[in-house]
Amino acid sequence: MSKLLSIRNVGKSFGGLHVLHDVSFEVPAGSIYGLIGPNGAGKTTVFNLVTGLLPPSAGAIEFQGESLVGLPPHKITHRGVARTFQNIRIFKEMSILENVMVGMHDHLAYGGLGLFFNTPAYKAAERRARERAFELLTWVGLAHKAELVADNLSYGDQRKLEFARALATEPKLLLLDEPVAGMNPSEKTALMEEIRNIRDRGYGVFMIEHDMRFVMGLCDRIAVLNFGRIIAEGTPEEVRSNPEVIEAYLGKEEAA
Amino acid sequence: MLEQQLLNALTLGSVYALFALGFTLVFGVLAVINLSHGAVFMVGSYVALALVTQLDAPLWAAMLGAALASGGLGLLVDVLILKPLRVRNAPHLIPMIATIGVAIMVTSSSQGLFGAEIRRFPEETLPAADFMVGAVHVRVLEIAIVAIAFLLMAVLFITLKRTQLGRALRAIAESPKAAYLMGINVEGLFHVTSFVAAALGGIAGVLIGLDFNAITPQMGQPILHKGIAVIILGGMGDIRGALIGGLFLGFAEVISKAYLSSQMGDAVAFGLLFLILLVRPSGLFGRVLERKA
Amino acid sequence: MEWFNDFWSTYSTLVFTVGVHMLLALSIWLTLSCGLLSLANAAFMGIGAYVSALLTLNAGWAFPTVLLAGGIAPALVALVIGAPVLRLSGVYLAMATLAFGEVVRITVLNLDITGGPEGLNGIPLATEGWHIALLLLLAFYGLARLRRSKVGRAFEAIKEDEIAARLMGINVNRYKLLAFVLGGFIAGIAGALNAHFTFFISPREYGFEPAVDILTMAVLGGTGSLVGPALGAGILTLLPELLRFLHDFRSLVNGAVLVLVVLFLPKGIWEPRRIRAFFRKGGQA
Repeated sequence: MSKLLSIRNVGKSFGGLHVLHDVSFEVPAGSIYGLIGPNGAGKTTVFNLVTGLLPPSAGAIEFQGESLVGLPPHKITHRGVARTFQNIRIFKEMSILENVMVGMHDHLAYGGLGLFFNTPAYKAAERRARERAFELLTWVGLAHKAELVADNLSYGDQRKLEFARALATEPKLLLLDEPVAGMNPSEKTALMEEIRNIRDRGYGVFMIEHDMRFVMGLCDRIAVLNFGRIIAEGTPEEVRSNPEVIEAYLGKEEAA
Repeated sequence: MLEQQLLNALTLGSVYALFALGFTLVFGVLAVINLSHGAVFMVGSYVALALVTQLDAPLWAAMLGAALASGGLGLLVDVLILKPLRVRNAPHLIPMIATIGVAIMVTSSSQGLFGAEIRRFPEETLPAADFMVGAVHVRVLEIAIVAIAFLLMAVLFITLKRTQLGRALRAIAESPKAAYLMGINVEGLFHVTSFVAAALGGIAGVLIGLDFNAITPQMGQPILHKGIAVIILGGMGDIRGALIGGLFLGFAEVISKAYLSSQMGDAVAFGLLFLILLVRPSGLFGRVLERKA
Repeated sequence: MEWFNDFWSTYSTLVFTVGVHMLLALSIWLTLSCGLLSLANAAFMGIGAYVSALLTLNAGWAFPTVLLAGGIAPALVALVIGAPVLRLSGVYLAMATLAFGEVVRITVLNLDITGGPEGLNGIPLATEGWHIALLLLLAFYGLARLRRSKVGRAFEAIKEDEIAARLMGINVNRYKLLAFVLGGFIAGIAGALNAHFTFFISPREYGFEPAVDILTMAVLGGTGSLVGPALGAGILTLLPELLRFLHDFRSLVNGAVLVLVVLFLPKGIWEPRRIRAFFRKGGQA
């Protein structure tokens, strides 16, 4: 399996506070990779570094063999990295359909003239975008609500919308920040299926998740972050039996 | 005559500082750019004028009356307009626009009630005493203006620095939500701030009215521009910055008028402001009170 | 048709002014629609007015080219100051653009070529009603098309959540600059049109108050649509004329309307959703 994302010796500090130390791991294409760890371990910071919202203080981040360090977020998205947020950030005053169409921004190739004169090429591009948006919404089960204002959606539906919107950017690697938070068990199972589906189409999926059953059942490999360091990395079985991980999660006494 | 100019600058600068202090206080605590502060200032000088000419009130009483009237107006605006907007959690642009409406209403009412012409305090009501210090001609009026402005500013500083009220206000400036959770009566202090800020604005109006002895319904506009300039210079919401910024602007204005053309002085001042905002949005002298929640 | 001629000779300037104000309100709608509180539009209008008037007076250019130049000049200025200015947000952007406006006004006040405080006199009357109508229509059409395209969606995404917009692949800085420059262009054309029917322009018309007035029009009408700003411009321009009998008190009504709308109609007067709901309930809402 070829590596899609590779993070090497990455460090991040805010002022004097070291949030990440010497973090290294690789996310292969066509696989689901999990990043777990206690609260405050620095997981979301890893996502912020990969998507260009923050610059790393040290180390290298490469996507398909090319460095992402120093690129602005929209260019990283353009390279094929998309993400969802822990605290959902959909565009609440736009319709559900428009939310997804914003994700297609990069893939709508028309200029100001085409737009102004409403040329056939412009119309075709907009129509294709609408159709594609409907496809994605059908896939996540929101097509019947496409014209609704996004603010009206339930929490679980908002997560689904964010998911569809991220896919609309046509990513090669999808970063999911706690995708099942606030979902009921049947929604979780459905999402698990969808994520497997995405992987089987050749995408990479890289997720942060607290729901252990979900992570262990879904991920091909897992990295464990604790106090800004990777303390274990491997298959779910390897990670599960790693004494350091058990200690980090359960505390010393219980582990002993 | 540099010394004479410096005295003029100090007088003007201290009034600017007093005006800007209220302006910046409201921004710091309520997070509102209150564009009615100029109109409140104008109301202050008209009320004082009315008290002096109609009721033969002494100047000190007229000033007190002006402070109460302006403060009351500020309080009214807060209770009737800004509070409902806070409750609704309106975006920051909205309260600013509402205060534009207030400014238009107040200015237009004054124009309707008093006419557009310039009004003056009768000469005999102003302290006429003056004396010479070296070659500098000092009017007692000027000394009084500077003294009153600095006295009020000192009281405000000490209140903010040393008292429980001041600590509560600073907590609100940091984060109203956190202050509320700490048990501070945030709404009550918003009202207090609005009253105090407007009262200071009203007194500044009386002082300027006395200094230039020319009162018009439009007099709030130029000082509002100055106030904006001062809080940019001093850092928005920064109390100490408003003082330094106000004095600085007073000096810059008097000196540039004396030694450059009066208009070019303004161009330089605003050009400088524009650059300051680009390079250092927190102001030349100040630090920004960032809202955290 | 006699009544029309009477009406037109009395009110043509007022009708022209309404049209120009509508253009200005649309120009600030652009920046507001991507969440930028820029108050530079009066200054842009002034640049357009002075550049076009000077080209007419001194260079004798044809009116259409003069109009175009009146739009391009402020657009270029916007392009230059845009990059540093648009890094600021919220109140800081508002203050910086106000300060920029003052710089423009005071510069115009002090240059010889602009006639200083007396302004420029004797600008030939070249603007006709259909010029304004046509340009207003073009602006309306262009902005309506923009709104429905990826550009409009990008603006709204930026307004709602800049970070999420960046991560959708939107070059946020470029789109903000686009809104700023395009707004400058439209305001400049409005200024050029205005200069060529009022005969006379002076720095006073492009300072702090007009800057705030333009914002007020857009917010009063409602920035959720294009109709809103135009409606707001119409109301705030016509109201003082209708209230002439109130003499000095007439702007009182303007101020009161503004306060009441801000308090009771948070999205402005023209809010399609509310209006639809009103008619559906048969006027009960």
